[in-house]
Amino acid sequence: MDSIILLIGITLMYSTPLIFGALGGVISERSGVTNIGIEGMMVIGAVAGASASYFTNNPWIAFLVAGICGGLVALLHAIASVSFAADQTVSGVAINLLAPGLALFLCRYFFDGAAMSPIVEKMPKVFGDSWMAGTVYSNLNVNVTTIIALLLTIATWFVLYRTKWGLRVRAVGEHPAAADTLGIDVYKVRYVCVILSGVFAGFGGASMTIGIISQFTQTAISGHGFIAMAAVIFGKWTPFGAYGACLLFGGTQALTVLLGGGSFPIPSQILAMLPYAMTIIVLVLFVGRSVAPKADGVPYIKGSR
Amino acid sequence: MKALIKFLRKPIASSIVAILLGFLVAAVVLAVAGYDPLGSFGALFSGALGRPKYIANVIIKATPILLTGVGVAFAFQTGLFNIGAEGQYILGTILTSIVGVMVDLPPVLEIPLLICCGIFGGALLGAFIGFLKAKFGIHEVITSIMTNWIMLYLCNFVVMSDTFHKENSTSALPINTSGYTTILYNWKKSDAGIEFLNGIPWLKEVLLKTDLNIGFIVGILVAIFAGWLLSRTKLGYELRAVGYNRDAARFSGINVDRSIILCMVISGAFCGLAGSLNITGISPHAITQLAAQEGYGFNGLSVAFIAGCSTVGCIPSSLLFAGLIYGGMSVQQVMGAPSDIINIMIGTIVFFIALPGITNALADWIERRHKEPDPNEVPVAKDGTPLPKREA
Amino acid sequence: MEVSSEYAVQMHGILKKFGVFTALDHVDLDVKKQTVHAILGENGAGKTTLMNILYGLYQADEGGIYLNGEEVKIATPTDAIKHGIGMVHQHFMLVENFTVTENIILGDEVCGAAGVLDMKKARQEVQALVEEYGFDVDPDAVIEDITVGMQQRVEILKALYRGAEILILDEPTAVLTPQEIEKLIEIMHDLIAKGKTIIIITHKLKEIMQSSDECSIIRRGVYMGTVNVKETNETDLASKMVGRNVNLTVEKTKAHPGEPVLSIQGLTVKDERGIDQVRDLNLEVRAGEIVGIAGIDGNGQQELVDAITNIVKAQAGTIKINGEEVQNTTPRNTYTHSVATIPSDRHRWGLVLPFAVSENTVLERHVDEEFGAGITLDYDKLKSYTTELIEKFDIRPSGCEDERMSGLSGGNQQKAIIARMVSAAPNLLIAFQPTRGLDVGAIEFVHKTLIAERDRGAAILLISFELDEVMDVSDTIAVIYHGQIVGTYEQGTVDENELGLLMAGGGAK
Repeated sequence: MDSIILLIGITLMYSTPLIFGALGGVISERSGVTNIGIEGMMVIGAVAGASASYFTNNPWIAFLVAGICGGLVALLHAIASVSFAADQTVSGVAINLLAPGLALFLCRYFFDGAAMSPIVEKMPKVFGDSWMAGTVYSNLNVNVTTIIALLLTIATWFVLYRTKWGLRVRAVGEHPAAADTLGIDVYKVRYVCVILSGVFAGFGGASMTIGIISQFTQTAISGHGFIAMAAVIFGKWTPFGAYGACLLFGGTQALTVLLGGGSFPIPSQILAMLPYAMTIIVLVLFVGRSVAPKADGVPYIKGSR
Repeated sequence: MKALIKFLRKPIASSIVAILLGFLVAAVVLAVAGYDPLGSFGALFSGALGRPKYIANVIIKATPILLTGVGVAFAFQTGLFNIGAEGQYILGTILTSIVGVMVDLPPVLEIPLLICCGIFGGALLGAFIGFLKAKFGIHEVITSIMTNWIMLYLCNFVVMSDTFHKENSTSALPINTSGYTTILYNWKKSDAGIEFLNGIPWLKEVLLKTDLNIGFIVGILVAIFAGWLLSRTKLGYELRAVGYNRDAARFSGINVDRSIILCMVISGAFCGLAGSLNITGISPHAITQLAAQEGYGFNGLSVAFIAGCSTVGCIPSSLLFAGLIYGGMSVQQVMGAPSDIINIMIGTIVFFIALPGITNALADWIERRHKEPDPNEVPVAKDGTPLPKREA
Repeated sequence: MEVSSEYAVQMHGILKKFGVFTALDHVDLDVKKQTVHAILGENGAGKTTLMNILYGLYQADEGGIYLNGEEVKIATPTDAIKHGIGMVHQHFMLVENFTVTENIILGDEVCGAAGVLDMKKARQEVQALVEEYGFDVDPDAVIEDITVGMQQRVEILKALYRGAEILILDEPTAVLTPQEIEKLIEIMHDLIAKGKTIIIITHKLKEIMQSSDECSIIRRGVYMGTVNVKETNETDLASKMVGRNVNLTVEKTKAHPGEPVLSIQGLTVKDERGIDQVRDLNLEVRAGEIVGIAGIDGNGQQELVDAITNIVKAQAGTIKINGEEVQNTTPRNTYTHSVATIPSDRHRWGLVLPFAVSENTVLERHVDEEFGAGITLDYDKLKSYTTELIEKFDIRPSGCEDERMSGLSGGNQQKAIIARMVSAAPNLLIAFQPTRGLDVGAIEFVHKTLIAERDRGAAILLISFELDEVMDVSDTIAVIYHGQIVGTYEQGTVDENELGLLMAGGGAK
C-alpha cells in the first residue's frame, strides 16, 4: 500500500513537466505546426525559472518569467515555420541546438561561471510544507505545479473544443486554405499557437527546476521535450489523451526511482533507460492508430491549394 | 551591386550569410553580457589556429563531426532526419572498446576488426530506427532521441561493469595498443623518433603533443564515397527518389521500406565509424562515463546543414565547426566569457540555414532599393517562395 | 462598358502579373443582376485567377471592381464576404472531420459570452437556412461521410449564411453525376429567382448552354468578348475558347479485341479506415480494346488501381495479368508483368518533381543494365534516352533533359509520364484520370496516344470521372458504383442519362 502511494506521488511529480510540454505540443500541432523545439523551450524555461526565483525569491513570478522566455524562443520557431515556410523539423532542431547553449551561457553569466544554479526557492506544495510530514502520505502533497498542469489541461480542452478560437485553431490545422477563404488569418492563428506552445513548454521547464529539483542543472531537462512529443502522438493530439500519456511516462520514471531505491539487482544505468525504452514501445504499439491533424507540419503559403 | 545580388542567389550564399549572422548574434550577446566581442573572436581565432598543435587538434576534433555530418547529410538527402547520430556514435565506441579490450591481434588485423565493430554498432542502431520508421511509421526524430539516451546509459553501464571498469577512474579499460590508429604511435616515442623530430619543431609539437591520427583521411574518403553513392549509383538514385517523393518511388516499383532501412544502416555506419576512430585514434582510447550527450551527433547535424547537406561539403564545414568548438575554449580562458557562446553561435547558424530564401529575400530587397530590373527574374511571392509556373 | 447599377459585378481593365508572366491582360467582365454568367476558358486561361481577385485572394495590379455601380476595394476574402460575395472553390474548402454546422459557421461563429460557442443556436440557424432553400443536408453530419453533391450544397450554404448576394462557382460540375448536375442547375435558377447573381467558371460547353444567360470568354489571359448564350452554339463557343476550330469528337476505328490481358475476379479492397471500397468486383480487359470505367470520385476507383498496381493489399479475389495472378505481391511485380500505369495524381504518384527530367523518365527502368553496369547509373545514357523521348513525344521546352521536372508545365509533365509508360510497350496500360487539368490540345494528344496504344495491341483500362471522356474514348464502358461494376455496355449502345443513373446508384443490383 505504502509503495502504491509512493508510486502515485512520484508519478504525479515526474509527469508534471511532461504534461506542460505535451500541452504545448498539442496546441502547436493542432494549428498545423510541428514543434520539435519543445525540448529547447523547456530548457530555456528551466534556466529562466531557476534564475528568476534566485533573484526575486518569488517562485510565482519566476514561473511566469519561465513561460514568457519559453514563448520568446517559440517566437523564433514561429517566424521560421510560419512566415518563412521553413522545414519545421530543421527549425525545431535549430531551437534545440540554440537553447541549451543559451541556457548554459545565461547560467554561467548569472552564477559566476557555474554550470548549475544555487538552490532556489521552490513553488509551494498544495497542502503546505508540513502536511503529514514524515508519513508516506506526504508524497501525495504534490507541488502546486502539478495542479496547474491539470487545470491547464482542462482549460486547453475547453478552448479547443468549446470556443470559437478552438474551432478556428482546429480548422487551420486541418485545412488552412478553407480557413483562409473564410477570412481567418492562418498566420496569426499559427503564431499565437506556436508562441503559446513555447509558454507552456517554459512552464514545463520551470516545473522541473522550481517544482521538483530546486536548481537548474545541465541535465535538468534531458529528453523530456521529446518524451512529451511522443505523448502528444500517443494521446492522439488531444489534451486529455496527452495528459494520460504523460502519466504513463511519469509512472515509468517513478518506477525507475522506486526500483532503484530498493534491493532489486538491476543496475541503475539499465533502470535509467526505462522511460526512453517505454516511449519507443508505446509508439510501436499505438502510433499506427492515431491520426495527426491533416496539415500538421505543412507550411501554409497563401494562394497555393 | 549586380554581383552582390547574383552572389546572394547562389546556394552557398545562404551558408555564408548564416555564418556571418551567427557571428553577429554572438557578438551582440557578448556585448550585452559585458564582454568584448572583438577580443573574444580574437581569442577564438588564435585558440583555433595560433599554433601547429592547435591546428592539429582542430583536425582531430573535426574527424568525428565530419563523419557524423556525412551520416546526417546522407540521410537527409534521402528524406530522413538522423538525429540519432549521437547514439550511433556511442554504440560504435562501445563495441570498439569491448572488442578492443578483449581481442589482441596484430595491428593489420586488429585495426580493421575494431573499425568494423564500430561500423557494425552504428549500422545496427540505424537499422533499428529505420525499421521502426518503415514498419510502424514512427518519426525517426523521436526514436533517435530515445536511443541516444538509451545508448548513453548503456555506455555508462559498460564503463561501470566489473569486466571493463578501470579502477579509481570514470573510464573503462583502454583498448589494446595494437588497435591504435594514432599516427606513428610507437615510433614517435622512440629515441630515434624523438631525435628525428627534434630537427623539425612544428612536427614534433604536432606529433608528440596531440593524438593526430588517420581519422580525418578516412573521413575525407568516406565523404567522397558517400557522395558518389548518392549521385552515381542506382542505389543512390533510389534512395533519393524515396527521399523526394515516397509515393512516386513506391509507385515505380522501388521497395520503399527497404530503402529507408538501408539508408539508416548506411548513415548509422558512418556515425559508428566516427566512434570507432575516436576510440582507436585518441587517448584515453577508452569509453568514459557520460554525464550528458557529448554532442558529436548534434554537431554533425550542424556540420551537415552548413554544408547544404552535401557530403563533400561536410569536409570544410567540419573544420569550421571544430575550429569554433576548439577555439571557443580559449574564449573562456582568455576573456572569461562562457564558452557556451559557441553553441549559441552554432544554433543561430543552423536556424538561419533553416530559413529558406532568406538570401533571396535579401537580394530582392537590395534589388528593389536599387531598381535594376532583371529580365530573367523568377516570379517570387511576398514570402520569397517561387510561384508555380503557369500551366501551358 | 458604362459602370451602372444594372450590373451586380463589373471588373474593368484587370491586369495581373506573376513575376514576368501576365496571367490577366486587361480583362473586362460585366455581370447583370439576377443572371447566371459563365466564364469560359481553358485550363490555365486565367478564369480562376480573375475570380480569386474578385474574392480578395489576389490583388489586381491594375483595374477596378464595381459592385452595383459603385467602385469597391477588395483586399481580403473578409472584404469580399462583407460586400456579399461568396465563392465555392473547385476543390471544396471544407474541414473534413468537422460537422456541416461547424463548417458553415467557421469564421463567423455563433457565440455566447467570452467566445464560447453556442452550437445549439448555430444548428438552428443552419437548419433554418437549409429549409429556406430546400437543400437536402443534415446539419449534424460530418463532411467526410456525405456525398460530393451534398458537400457542394454545404459550400453554397456557407456563402448564403454570410449573406452572399453574388455567388461564384468554380468548375461546379466537375465531380457531379448528370443527375446531380441537373439538380445543381435547378438550385442555381432557384437562387436567381430569390434575387441572387451567379458567376460560374467552367470549360464545359454543354452546361453553359443549359444553365447560363451570358458567357464571357477568356483565352490565355485575354478577354475575348461576351455572348448571349441563346444566340450561340457549342461549336462556336469552343472555337472562341481555343482560338481555332476544334473537333469535339474522338476519331478511332473499330476495336478488334483479342485475348484477355487483365481479368479480375471477386476483388475486395479495404481502405485505411477498414471500410470496403472495392466489393467483389469483376472486370476483364482484352488486348486491343479500351475499357472505360465511368463513376463518381470515391466509388472505389483509387483502390481498384492501387490493388492492381500492388500499392495496397486485396482482401479477397484474384487479379490476373495474362493468366498469372499478381495480387498481393509488389508494385515491381505488377510492372514486370508488363503493366504501365498513368496515375491520377501525377505530382503525388507519377513524378519526383525535384529530379531532373532525365532522372524521371527512367523511374522503373533505372535497374536495367541498359542504364549502367552493376550498381552504377550511367547519366549520359539517361540523357540520350531522354532526348529521344523528348523528340518523339514533343515534350517542351526541348532540351529540358537536365531541368527539374517541377519547372515543366502540367501538360508537359503529363507527356513525360505518358512517354515513360508507353515507351515500355506494356501489355496493359492503365490510365487513371489521364487528362486531369490539361488543356484541349494536350487532351487530344492523350486520347490519340491511348488509341494508338490500343491499335498496337495493348489492353487499355481508362478510369475517368469525366463521363464524356469515357463515352468518347472507350470501346467498352463499365460503370462503377460503391466498389462494384454495375453495368457494362458497348460504346454507342448507352446514353448519358442511363450511365448517370447507374453512377448514382440507381438501378444497382
